[in-house]
Amino acid sequence: MKEIFIGLLAIASISAALALIIELAGAYIANYGEKHILVNNKKDLVVEGGNPLLFSLMSKNIFIPSACGGKGTCTYCKVKIHEGAGPVLPTETPYLDKDEMKDNIRLSCQVKVKEDMKIEIPEDLFLIREFRSVVEKTEDLTPTNKGITLRITSPEDGILFKPGQYVQLQVPPFKLSKTSEFRAYSIASNADDTTHVQLVITKVENGIVSTYVHDYLKEGDEVTIRGPFGDFFLRDSQRDILFIATGSGLAPVMSMLYQIEGEEIKRKTTLFFGDRKPHDLYFQDQLIYWQKSIVNFTFIPTLSRAVEEDSWNGEKGRVTTLIHKHIPDNTPLDVYICGAPPMVESCAKVLRQKGIPASNVFYDKFE
Amino acid sequence: MTQIDMPTLFFAAIFTNNILLTNFLGLCPYIAISKNINSAAGLGVAVIFVMTCTAALNHLIYYQVLVPLHLEHFQFIIFIVVIAAFVQVVEMTIDRYFPALYQVLGIFLPLITVNCAILGASLFMIIRDYTLLQSMGYGAGSGTGWLLAITLVGAIREKIQKTGKLPKGLEGPGITLIITGLLSLAFTAFSGLIKIQ
Repeated sequence: MKEIFIGLLAIASISAALALIIELAGAYIANYGEKHILVNNKKDLVVEGGNPLLFSLMSKNIFIPSACGGKGTCTYCKVKIHEGAGPVLPTETPYLDKDEMKDNIRLSCQVKVKEDMKIEIPEDLFLIREFRSVVEKTEDLTPTNKGITLRITSPEDGILFKPGQYVQLQVPPFKLSKTSEFRAYSIASNADDTTHVQLVITKVENGIVSTYVHDYLKEGDEVTIRGPFGDFFLRDSQRDILFIATGSGLAPVMSMLYQIEGEEIKRKTTLFFGDRKPHDLYFQDQLIYWQKSIVNFTFIPTLSRAVEEDSWNGEKGRVTTLIHKHIPDNTPLDVYICGAPPMVESCAKVLRQKGIPASNVFYDKFE
Repeated sequence: MTQIDMPTLFFAAIFTNNILLTNFLGLCPYIAISKNINSAAGLGVAVIFVMTCTAALNHLIYYQVLVPLHLEHFQFIIFIVVIAAFVQVVEMTIDRYFPALYQVLGIFLPLITVNCAILGASLFMIIRDYTLLQSMGYGAGSGTGWLLAITLVGAIREKIQKTGKLPKGLEGPGITLIITGLLSLAFTAFSGLIKIQ
């Protein structure tokens, strides 16, 4: 009996002593104190030193894009660090080329804040914030697409985004996932209404976030979103505009069309929308209304699997067929393509054959 | 107590009683990190350092704490927590005060906590009744031997990657284990030369 007691006591005290040493080391050795991060030469942030830059910035509400969650694999979190980053780490070298190293580009999830830093990030990133919101409306747009409208409750001034950009929608842990997960969805609503965003969510077999939205999310629920992200938005030019969208790829285009309507843009605008069956069409009332209200706007839907019983009188086939049919060679055009990657790639190929320069083709691939 | 002087023990641990190639300890990091010679060498240096220090630390704790309290049977658990705590503190220290060294060793240190060669060295020194000085020599020697083995195989693997064509099933761990077997045969040829226990 006595042996067991002494044994337990000895083990416990040795472990406690070691734990104490680690704690002390953590408090004294790994304590870097408060460090300053000067962002774009104007914003001075005071953060606790020792943590990766990505998370230090996140704690100050600056959200650098990251898909892998700071594991050093997605490379989205690259930032320019002018001072205080130390030498390039072995965990970064595989992802940085020579020019980037010369430019002081670093992976912000790997670089720790150990001294005062000077960094440079795109101005847009200041606009990326975390928002709390309430689900105001859910609607079944098609058998596979659900539209959800979120009312942003905090911060109260709402979200400033460029039409075409996307947000990350975060869902809590549930049956399919032990952790809280987020996925990116484009905003379909009017950017002028900063307190509401509408997202179109396609049901994906065993997709964590889409399953949650389709099967669990109810009106009145609270959800968190982060954004806006992305460089899919209207570019200034005098050329005509062609939108090509399939499935939920229509969402960002809707937002851009609200912009064209609101800013009374007179450029000739065409939308090719493709899906399979008549019941896959959505937002039709709004699009038909815009045909009349927006000067120079044409909407052409096409269905790839319409059969006779569907009594479909519109275009048949895929969106690439529409390009061949309606777009003459070498038309001066800005093209915005949004949807599944194979569709985006085949459209880009057809447009190349039509003599439209790649620099005028913008796309958002929904992986 | 074993009658063998410290320098001899050091060299014995490298060549005649290589902990990796004759005792087959520390095989998983050895297979995982030996794809190129630079990381192999980095990990090897970290192993030398940690093995030497933890052998000494564990020697002190064993003979000063566990033996007087008759708790020798707890050596496994105690050695493991000592190694883990030591590695953690060392990592923090290097990270803070020796940034250049952290470049070389830093990312490998956490891997070492679970390197069974480190625990193996501590256990051997107890079984073989080494003194503190002998233990440190043995720790440093075993670490160096481990470094030698992993850089050897790292160099061979790099060479194979550049020139050789392997059947698909043999790529990676497969061929590494075969190379290890051959290296091991070569090393065991020395095994009778020095008696270390």
